[in-house]
Amino acid sequence: MSTVQDYVARIEGTCGAENDIIVTFKYEKKQEALDHILKKAALKNNLSGIIFELAFEGMSFRVYSSGKAIFRGIKNRAELDRILAALLL
Amino acid sequence: MFIAQAIRDDFPIFKRKVNGYPLIYFDNAATTQKPRQVIDAEQDFYENHNANVHRAVHTLSQEATELHEGARETIGKFIGAKEPAEVVFVRGTTEAINLVAYSWGLRNLKAGDEVLISLMEHHSNIVPWEIISRLTGFTIKYANVNSDGTLDYKDFEGKFTKNTKLACLSQVSNVSGVINDVKRVAKVAHEHGALMLVDGAQSVPHMSIDVRDLDADFLAFSGHKMLGPTGIGVLYGKKALLEKMAPFEGGGEMIKEVSYSPQSEGCGISWNAPPWKFEAGTPNIAGGVGLAAAIKYLQRLGMADVFQHEKELTEYAVKKLQNCCTKLALYGTTNPALKCGIIPFGVEGLSSHDVALFLDNYGIMVRSGFHCAQPLHQIFKLQSSARASFYIYNTKEEIDRFIEVLKEMEQF
Repeated sequence: MSTVQDYVARIEGTCGAENDIIVTFKYEKKQEALDHILKKAALKNNLSGIIFELAFEGMSFRVYSSGKAIFRGIKNRAELDRILAALLL
Repeated sequence: MFIAQAIRDDFPIFKRKVNGYPLIYFDNAATTQKPRQVIDAEQDFYENHNANVHRAVHTLSQEATELHEGARETIGKFIGAKEPAEVVFVRGTTEAINLVAYSWGLRNLKAGDEVLISLMEHHSNIVPWEIISRLTGFTIKYANVNSDGTLDYKDFEGKFTKNTKLACLSQVSNVSGVINDVKRVAKVAHEHGALMLVDGAQSVPHMSIDVRDLDADFLAFSGHKMLGPTGIGVLYGKKALLEKMAPFEGGGEMIKEVSYSPQSEGCGISWNAPPWKFEAGTPNIAGGVGLAAAIKYLQRLGMADVFQHEKELTEYAVKKLQNCCTKLALYGTTNPALKCGIIPFGVEGLSSHDVALFLDNYGIMVRSGFHCAQPLHQIFKLQSSARASFYIYNTKEEIDRFIEVLKEMEQF
């Protein structure tokens, strides 16, 4: 049974007033994580297969082919954990 | 004039690729890459001379001490210090400023006194003073920055009063690259009986500095931003000031004598002379040796040519960036005469982190965020910015590639 921790290497706040949260996926699991997310979220925009703007549960976020995701407007860690679980598992 | 393409062979890191692309390193305001000469100097120290300094009479210790104090002399000459004793080894700019804040500020600033700081400062030239002001009750006055990122000299100079004890100003902004006339401000500070602290983190690596010409009382800078190792930096201080200042940290090296008195059941302590008074514990000996090697490398290129090379890159980049993309915005002044090789920018519809991650995909490294200068971002009315910063090994061809990738971003 997979867990969010199987996919996620680090969760940090981004530097800047945006107060975004950046999720870095484990290098060996990044492609699997991206595949899961791209399957479950709706694609709104895509830049050269490098940046994907996605929508999920009324929320917009961005995923990067390098194995990162940036979420904006997340209330707290519990909410982020729930969204990641819904996207990854 | 040196040729950037030719000196790149000295930098082993440029042999690697990132994400399948040749490395283009435009994050030099954060830290710089290291030439073989610096790496070799540190390795040679550990392989052939490693010992603790000042504390033994054996051969290795003497060699290590000569290298350590020789590094201090090289650094002192590089910045025009009167003597090596004015060069204090620290971890970096942040520690240098904290040293002044705690050793001088904590003991000399009291309620009613004022410290004058510009709003373009890196957090490391704001936060130490805020901490000490909360302890002693002095007032911090912040001097305005114009909307183009240049210093509002009228505001800065108009805020000096008879109570001003210290002015703090970066010689080059780490966000906008704007060059400040610290010599002019130092003159005004001294006319008011105040001291002048210059943050040289973004200037010492890029231009000729003469502390006596600037008449700076303190100058702080970091080794890793000028080809040297991380964990080594310098506080320059006028000797007369350093002599009067209290120690920063306590331990070995910084004392002359610690004598226990059975009568009083206490220790009498006398301090070592500067700069050792401020260097408690075993110093970063290899780091100092590496920094001296970095300085010798820069001196071989010539600091005037280093400055000119970056100026040419900045002029080239700004001209091309202004015409390349409709969604691209350059922040702060674009007048190359007013700035060093740092270009803050943004792309409409993308956050600074989007921009940095997109460029990273093509092996291009730029910084994103506040760059530890949140007040200046408030002045620019920005949530964050992307920042390209150049150094001696960067080329116009790299700028062309950078612009190609920026153009691709416009499709978003």
